[in-house]
Amino acid sequence: MPIEVNGKMLETDEEGYLADLNQWEPEAATVMAAAEDQELTDAHWEVINFLREYYEEYQIAPAVRVLTKAIGKKLGKDKGNSKYLYELFPYGPAKQACKYAGLPKPTGCV
Amino acid sequence: MAQLHTVNKSPFERNAFVSCLEHAKEGSGILLFEDGVYAAMNGTAVADKVKAALSGRSLYVLGPDVKARGLSEDNVIDGVKVVDYEGFVDLVTEYDKVQSWL
Amino acid sequence: MAEPWEDDEVEGPVFKFLYVNRKAPYGTIYALESLEVVLIAAAFEQDVSLAFVDDGVYQIKKGQDTAGIGMKNFSPTYRALEGYDVEKLYVEKEALEERGLTTDDLIVPVEVVSRAEMADLMDEQDVILSF
Repeated sequence: MPIEVNGKMLETDEEGYLADLNQWEPEAATVMAAAEDQELTDAHWEVINFLREYYEEYQIAPAVRVLTKAIGKKLGKDKGNSKYLYELFPYGPAKQACKYAGLPKPTGCV
Repeated sequence: MAQLHTVNKSPFERNAFVSCLEHAKEGSGILLFEDGVYAAMNGTAVADKVKAALSGRSLYVLGPDVKARGLSEDNVIDGVKVVDYEGFVDLVTEYDKVQSWL
Repeated sequence: MAEPWEDDEVEGPVFKFLYVNRKAPYGTIYALESLEVVLIAAAFEQDVSLAFVDDGVYQIKKGQDTAGIGMKNFSPTYRALEGYDVEKLYVEKEALEERGLTTDDLIVPVEVVSRAEMADLMDEQDVILSF
């Protein structure tokens, strides 16, 4: 189902992931989050931006274990744990945050 | 920790067989099947390599694949054992692990 | 019920897994498949090594640019392996030399081993997955 972002229709797959990650813009994350009654705070954006940088560098969405560890390294120990990330993204940090970031579903994530 | 190596590609099309020979340690087994059976025949450009590998290693070739390709089991290099499908299964269980050279 | 953020610590035997990569990256699907399997299986926390033999060394050649062939350049992903605790990457010396390559041509740090050492490495494993 396509989503409307700033007047443009963006194609998504049946699970809501963007079909073309190059079409992503911050507003796309806001639209996806609103559809799930989720407000995006600075803390959310920190993770979303981190994921986009990770993808840019490695061309994959990280597994949740890898994301947790990498976040801890980059943003500090208090954020590098699953509890913190699940509180921000209750549907699962890798799944939900990756979707908002316009990334494909993490490899190995069912 | 004896290993069984399997090769199913022609030695003339790919280097899987030669690479396998170069990595197969003494005591290991090498099973040739599908297009891999071409390596088991007398008179080919790789026959000398096969003969050299026979010292210290066991070589096997899958008979049905030999026949299917119009080759004769009589023309298989001396020392290379011809096995049937049952023999193939036995080999897989006899060795500790299998490495397939694709 | 464990909360989702509680790690399931699965205690079990640790096996030595070796992924043997022998194919160049874009002509066939083997290289990408292997990489995906490695990433997925990393969750099982086994003793994983990767071997690059024959044309497999081309998988980690620097400077890949697939823009012109309409395929994804997955070579940067090899650099993510460290984050997945997959840190043992072995490259066969002969394979590099036959292709006129040195470790300076590779996008990841690797341990270079001789063909004989590679044969030993294969022999030491519990499970070998070939691609």
